[in-house]
Amino acid sequence: MSTYTKKQVSDLVKGDLDWDTLHRMLSMPKDKERYSHYISVLQEQVDWDDRIILPLGPHLFLAETGEDKSLVTKCECGYEYGDYQKNWKLNALIYVRDSEEKMQQVYPKLMAPDTGWQVYREYYCPSCGTMHDVEAPTPWYPVIHDFQPDLKAFFDWLDLPAPVNA
Amino acid sequence: MTIQETIVSSETKPASLLRSGLTLNDHRNLMLQRTKETGFYDGLEKLEFKESDPIGYERIFSKLRAGLVNSREVAKKIAASPIVEQEGELCFTLYNVAGDCIATSTGIIIHVGTMGAAIKYMIQNNWESNPGINPGDMFTNNDCQIGNVHPCDIATIVPIFHEGNLIGWVGGVTHVIDVGAVGPGSMSNGQIQRFGDGVQITCRKTGVNDTPLRDWLHESQRNVRTPKYWILDEKTRIAGCHMIRDLVEETVREEGIEAYEKFASEVIEDGRRGLTSRIRSMTIPGKIRTVAFVDVPYSHEDVVVPSPFAKVDTIMHAPCEITVKPDATWRLDFEGCSRWGWHTYNANPVAFTSGIWVMMTQSLVPTERINDGARYATEFRLPKGTWTNPDDRRTAHADAWHFLVSSWSSLWRGISRSYFGRGYLEEVNAGNSNPCNWLQGGGINQEGEIHAVNSFETAACGTGACAVKDGLNHAAAIWNPEGDMGDIEIWELAEPLLYMGRTIKTNTGGYGKYRGGLGFETLRMVWGSADWTMFFMGNGYMNSDWGLMGGYPAATGYRFEAHNTGLLERIQNGQSLPQGKDRDPGEREFEKHLGADAQVKRDKQCITTEAIFENGDLYLNYLRGGPGFGDPLDRDPDAIEDDLNQNFLLPEFAEKVYGVVISQNKAGDWSVDRQKTAARRLDVRRERIARGKPTQQWIEDERQKILDKEASLQVQQMFASSFRLSEKFLGEFKTFWDLPAGWDLKEEDLGIPMFGAKHHMDLSELPDVHPVIMTEQ
Ligand SMILES: [Zn+2]
Repeated sequence: MSTYTKKQVSDLVKGDLDWDTLHRMLSMPKDKERYSHYISVLQEQVDWDDRIILPLGPHLFLAETGEDKSLVTKCECGYEYGDYQKNWKLNALIYVRDSEEKMQQVYPKLMAPDTGWQVYREYYCPSCGTMHDVEAPTPWYPVIHDFQPDLKAFFDWLDLPAPVNA
Repeated sequence: MTIQETIVSSETKPASLLRSGLTLNDHRNLMLQRTKETGFYDGLEKLEFKESDPIGYERIFSKLRAGLVNSREVAKKIAASPIVEQEGELCFTLYNVAGDCIATSTGIIIHVGTMGAAIKYMIQNNWESNPGINPGDMFTNNDCQIGNVHPCDIATIVPIFHEGNLIGWVGGVTHVIDVGAVGPGSMSNGQIQRFGDGVQITCRKTGVNDTPLRDWLHESQRNVRTPKYWILDEKTRIAGCHMIRDLVEETVREEGIEAYEKFASEVIEDGRRGLTSRIRSMTIPGKIRTVAFVDVPYSHEDVVVPSPFAKVDTIMHAPCEITVKPDATWRLDFEGCSRWGWHTYNANPVAFTSGIWVMMTQSLVPTERINDGARYATEFRLPKGTWTNPDDRRTAHADAWHFLVSSWSSLWRGISRSYFGRGYLEEVNAGNSNPCNWLQGGGINQEGEIHAVNSFETAACGTGACAVKDGLNHAAAIWNPEGDMGDIEIWELAEPLLYMGRTIKTNTGGYGKYRGGLGFETLRMVWGSADWTMFFMGNGYMNSDWGLMGGYPAATGYRFEAHNTGLLERIQNGQSLPQGKDRDPGEREFEKHLGADAQVKRDKQCITTEAIFENGDLYLNYLRGGPGFGDPLDRDPDAIEDDLNQNFLLPEFAEKVYGVVISQNKAGDWSVDRQKTAARRLDVRRERIARGKPTQQWIEDERQKILDKEASLQVQQMFASSFRLSEKFLGEFKTFWDLPAGWDLKEEDLGIPMFGAKHHMDLSELPDVHPVIMTEQ
């Protein structure tokens, strides 16, 4: 098994890792300690002190708050989307491309979906305007709850102590 | 896994093919029973052989795997069909006595399961008593109701014997160019039922004493449009199977029958454990939800089908809940899928559960040790009556891939969330392009022969973006990881279609911090044909890929075809010609180089049926790009500059989507102003916040539209079809939107034909037929 330094993991996160190492990461069995390096790299990237438990996107995290150790979904800018078991999208801003005119702001004529069939739903952070997700469902489709991690089992797999409120 | 307890048959019991004296069905049932009771394949709690003689075990594995790969490479050379010979659309697989896969070659490994299902069907339906299973026999199968993906995948299956006892099976499959369906080409449209989907052969004995039977050769050749390719494909499969049979016999001579037989079941338990260990080391336990859609626009006048009840617009719906369990097994539940339909995109459950490993070997299990063990570690639930488990024996399957790959792309995106969470960013993939268009057609070709074509340029679409790099341009297809677009010169030999150009397709990769790989486009002019038709097959009104974590889906498809082009005169007169680049479809570049009377179709109707093409007519084959990853505002300005200068991106969308401030110098080179871009991107963020609406508030508005039944017919049909099959999906829908208890949506109220919704007849209702069921339904 290959192991990697925190610097290498940091380069990976930045998209700067050299191809040889990246190729090794792809082809060799996975390094279990990646998670710890990764979290520590990300923790240095954010301005807040709550402990990152699980990254959900480049700027979206499941974090353990300093005060009561509750688990929340949180933007890199600090905006909180509430309890981690709830779908963060319900507390985001949404913009729906549901007309030809709105679609043509993002794709040329003939290269976007017909909005009678499919719409694009963009979810933004109300505080910093980061686009955390784009859904592409039919009209009427319920907001999708993408991921509900089983944190207890996950930390068991990692051989690390689970957050107290997991 | 159903156990067919007894075979009801008036035939006398044949002498056992096995040393144990059991029938094949009893042998398989006992194995299934032991597996069920213990949780280990065939009850193998310990891998005795592997643990006591690891070198012997590995020696057998390496020998078999290398032999499978080698046989594929050698056999490939026999074929003349560019689909097999250029694209590598073939595969060889070795099975144990019960029909479970031990090891497979490279190639279209979806057939690990489909050929296994055919073997299991023969076992469960007492083939050993009639027609009998003997050394030197060959069986041919392409029946989609036994698990085949689509009729054009023809499998040859050869039993392997040792000292008079059956010790396994080898199967070889090739994707043939034509199976004599209503529409020419291997994955055609036009037919809407099995009766018209091409010749279907049900595990038929087609050879004895290593020789194909003459009636089979005569009959099969005249049932297809392309007999020359058909016969060479058959020879390819037979040669490969016989090479592998020789290899197994040699292995048994060297290692002993006992070692071989132990290996043949331990390797599957080993494969089962292999998958769970990958799940544990790469994913995160919990629930992932994902969904995919495909447009089926059949009301359009250019879709000509024989039955009026098929002339409706519908949408394929494939929601999936992936549950990764604490014990590192997993469950994939497709509750809520829409019904099968009157088109050629239906899929058998085996096609789904087997095909999924083609995708997983590019992601979760990138190993040569993929075998049926992975299936034993996976719980699939494909509800009966849905598009991937039809409850009617009339369904057509010629392009089952169209729905299958679309639903798998969403799984790839879903699993990527757990790779991302663990920091395995190198494994993240935003999904995959919908690999299309499929250029197909037929008639009389440039050699005066009856012909059919299916351009496999599709094998090189754009791939999805990763979390650390862009997707690959015109590189691969989800169904064949070794994809290749094929040489222009070979396609021009195989098809009466000249290349006016082949070029990267601008603006097709989904935007993101890392963009999806771009597709490509080839403009073909019909040349040298006598009577010729072609049609389109792909997505247009909808996208099946989505983009991940802020990335956009790729561009959707569109159609361009032109008739009465005046091109032959323009060539004679030395006038300008369309060169193959349709940079921005709104600008209608091609039309500037056509005669005044040209009839052009430029629209979103990307599924059509046979249209007449005369020499000089044009057809644009647009191969799609892949989806993007991450917020486009995070994309490095250097990368955007590069995209602009390589014509990968239209300047208008660099500005609107990526929020860059750009300029072009006199030489035509683009540059991005870094400082102004930083300011502009802050503005874009503010604009987003200004136009965004709190989701809760939007939910109120959308809810009202649902109460008012305000949506297109095809959207309502999709929901109604899923509601009919799934109380659970209806319940969740109503709960999410907080709809009144009495709210419902029924197909009956939509005023469109709904043949098959209420009245249907399953394969299992035929006399003496015992279908093999390997998934929960
Ligand atoms: Zn934010």
